[in-house]
Amino acid sequence: MAERILNGSEVVLQALVDQGVEVVFGYPGGAVLPLYDEIFKQNRIRHILVRHEQAAVHAAEGYARSTGKVGVVLVTSGPGATNAVTGLTDALMDSIPIICLTGQVPTHLIGNDAFQEADTTGITRPCTKHNYLVKDSEKLARTMHEAFHVATSGRPGPVVIDLPKDILVAKAPYLEPSQVTHRTYNPIVKGDRGQIEQAIELLASAKKPILYCGGGVINSGSQACKILTEFTRMTGVPITLTLMGLGAYPASDKQYLGMLGMHGTYEANMAMHDCDVMIAIGARFDDRVTGNLDFFSPGSQKVQIDIDQSSINKNVPVDIGIIGDVGHVLEDMMKIWKAKQHRIDAKALDSWWDEIEGWRGKRCLSYKQPNDVIKPQHVIRRLHALTRDRKTYITTDVGQHQMWAAQHFGFEHPHEWMTSGGLGTMGYGMPAAMGVQVAHPDATVICFTGDASVMMNIQECATLKQYHLPVKTVILNNRYMGMVRQWQQLLHGSRYSESYSESLPDFVKLSEAFGFTGLTCNNPADLDDTLKQMLEIDGPVILDVAVDDKENCYPMIPSGKPHNEMLLGAETNGDEAIDSDEGMVLV
Amino acid sequence: MKETEISKHTISILVDNEAGVLARVIGLFSGRGYNIESLTVAEVDASYHQSRITVVTSGTPMVIEQIKAQLSRLVPVHKVSDLTLSGPSVERELALIKVIASGEKRVESLRIADIFKARAVDATNSSFVFEIIGSPEKIDAFIKLMEPLGLSETSRTGVAAISRGTLTM
Ligand SMILES: Cc1cc2nc3c(=O)[nH]c(=O)nc-3n(C[C@H](O)[C@H](O)[C@H](O)COP(=O)(O)OP(=O)(O)OC[C@H]3O[C@@H](n4cnc5c(N)ncnc54)[C@H](O)[C@@H]3O)c2cc1C
Ligand SMILES: Cc1ncc(C[n+]2csc(CCOP(=O)(O)OP(=O)(O)O)c2C)c(N)n1
Repeated sequence: MAERILNGSEVVLQALVDQGVEVVFGYPGGAVLPLYDEIFKQNRIRHILVRHEQAAVHAAEGYARSTGKVGVVLVTSGPGATNAVTGLTDALMDSIPIICLTGQVPTHLIGNDAFQEADTTGITRPCTKHNYLVKDSEKLARTMHEAFHVATSGRPGPVVIDLPKDILVAKAPYLEPSQVTHRTYNPIVKGDRGQIEQAIELLASAKKPILYCGGGVINSGSQACKILTEFTRMTGVPITLTLMGLGAYPASDKQYLGMLGMHGTYEANMAMHDCDVMIAIGARFDDRVTGNLDFFSPGSQKVQIDIDQSSINKNVPVDIGIIGDVGHVLEDMMKIWKAKQHRIDAKALDSWWDEIEGWRGKRCLSYKQPNDVIKPQHVIRRLHALTRDRKTYITTDVGQHQMWAAQHFGFEHPHEWMTSGGLGTMGYGMPAAMGVQVAHPDATVICFTGDASVMMNIQECATLKQYHLPVKTVILNNRYMGMVRQWQQLLHGSRYSESYSESLPDFVKLSEAFGFTGLTCNNPADLDDTLKQMLEIDGPVILDVAVDDKENCYPMIPSGKPHNEMLLGAETNGDEAIDSDEGMVLV
Repeated sequence: MKETEISKHTISILVDNEAGVLARVIGLFSGRGYNIESLTVAEVDASYHQSRITVVTSGTPMVIEQIKAQLSRLVPVHKVSDLTLSGPSVERELALIKVIASGEKRVESLRIADIFKARAVDATNSSFVFEIIGSPEKIDAFIKLMEPLGLSETSRTGVAAISRGTLTM
């Protein structure tokens, strides 16, 4: 095949087009001007100008998580690249496929402390899945395509391509994606047949089984979620999801026990503690999930399915570790289960469910909505109820509001929930919502945030306005860094050191200054109307809801405690506690 | 083996010989708090631009498994092999050892070098530089014996290792 010779910037753009990229989130600067010039001259790729490079990465994460595609970022050298580091780390922790193109000083100046030079590959080595510095035009096209392969296959993650300015200008040969082969990186997707059979035997012989599923199911895709749902229903086994896994199984289903972990439900955590067979599927035994490892599910035999060998036996030793893609492995498990006509001992399973119903009876998420002050959980429940007939995507920031959103907004489908789980990055919510809205212009996109978190990327209001992105930002405003305050209350003798939000802006005026609508609500009786009003507005909105400033997020497994020593809220045993949507409307 | 018992492992890693690959391997160890007791690296296949890195590390069985899994998922890594587990292997290291001494001590150092089949590769009236090749344990033993005899400087290459017999990586 005859080689096509282009200039470096054309090669980069052509590679993006051939990789199916439609949108790039970026911010220009000296080192990437040739690329911006190329962007100017074409209309195949849309560029969204953010207001801070961290936000570009979060926007790309939101785009990627809500579509299953890769998110693409373009930033300049030096400060552009260093500003992107938090976003890259976030994407690495949460296994989000990102391609981040960074500008670099020309190759002959590298190492000279040139203007806006930073050792980008050095800085980003520990916070990317892989990174490249392109020093040879011959390798540019190959590197671009290989980067997409690495970012999206196996366990997905962020990949940086550092592009010196001279490489962007020099002539370079272009290769199509099909002309590039990958020498080393070819992860296993099919699980080992023998191990899968063993796992099935183990599950079939269980008396108290549980499926513990995580973000890996979402990573594997909608089809994997469908198979998981079928498999769960076919076996009749209880299922719990991690924060990252929400939506992989419909929340309204009776076999679903809710989220597990530090702020998970009583029934999910008790079932994890007491089970005899645990099947972990695309979940990495994070410390927020396991609590104290010495007491973690002491009586169970464990199977773990994960595409990344290093996730297996990392924190918790398992009896059977299956390396492979969730979708592929579950498909095989279904086939074997059906072929062997397995059935879990019905009597044992019934009594296991009886036990679980007992735990469910605690109604650990219930709360009372009084007349005078809005409970934060109530905002989430009401918004869930009011958006049921819409295609809705939720993003969050980090803190109590994030946990309440996870607990109270029932996710029925995958890819509709975007949150920063592994890194817990305040400032994630609004830019992530931006990216989601770019991908799904007609959907309802809601960002639940806190009065502290929202300030961390508030500049993105300008991006929302510029691109008419009708994101609805709902601030659960408790005037505190609520999660910090909660820990200070429970663990530091209520000494609220530096966790009070002094001098918050007037969010209505702030919204108006950016050119869109701001709303407030502080009366429980007005909540529904205000939420409806917000949903009807055709444009971005910030809704500032004054909520109970001392509400704590329960249940809670204090750090270092086992699953069966959860703290439950004061309301859980009260007769008047409301935990149905109907009841909740009565204020 | 007990889950908490710490043992030493020699791990061979076949990598693409490209810029930054050593930094990736070392960064993985330092970033995750694994320890490196010795590390050697050199290109072993010029036509494929592949290098072989040999790391001696120690940890519990779970940590060693993690180290290997983490290494395997680095993009430029082709193969990871745990020579300590894969059967018998040969381990060799080279050391240069400077001994400054006179009189009886000087003579004694020569005698011991002879027993260990170490060669004097440099000599002055008051010093020798010995070259010794062997297993790390043999070199440790040699150094220990040289300590009272005027040992003043040591330079070791770190371990090169390969499995015995027909087994290959
Ligand atoms: C304030 C706060 C509180 C939190 N509290 C909780 C809590 O109560 N409960 C909770 O669950 N989390 C909580 N988290 C989140 C927690 O920190 C972790 O991010 C989360 O538990 C990890 O989810 P996961 O195990 O599903 O793994 P992920 O981070 O989603 O990792 C996915 C796993 O699946 C694997 N994988 C990826 N793709 C595939 C594939 N195709 N096939 C197979 N495997 C694949 C990956 O290798 C990885 O091992 C909290 C976070 C914050 C910020
Ligand atoms: C960038 C960053 N800095 C600090 C923290 C630590 N932190 C975790 S939650 C939290 C408070 C969040 O407060 P707010 O956004 O008001 O949410 P709330 O908990 O009140 O719902 C802080 C400071 C963090 N997660 N991220």
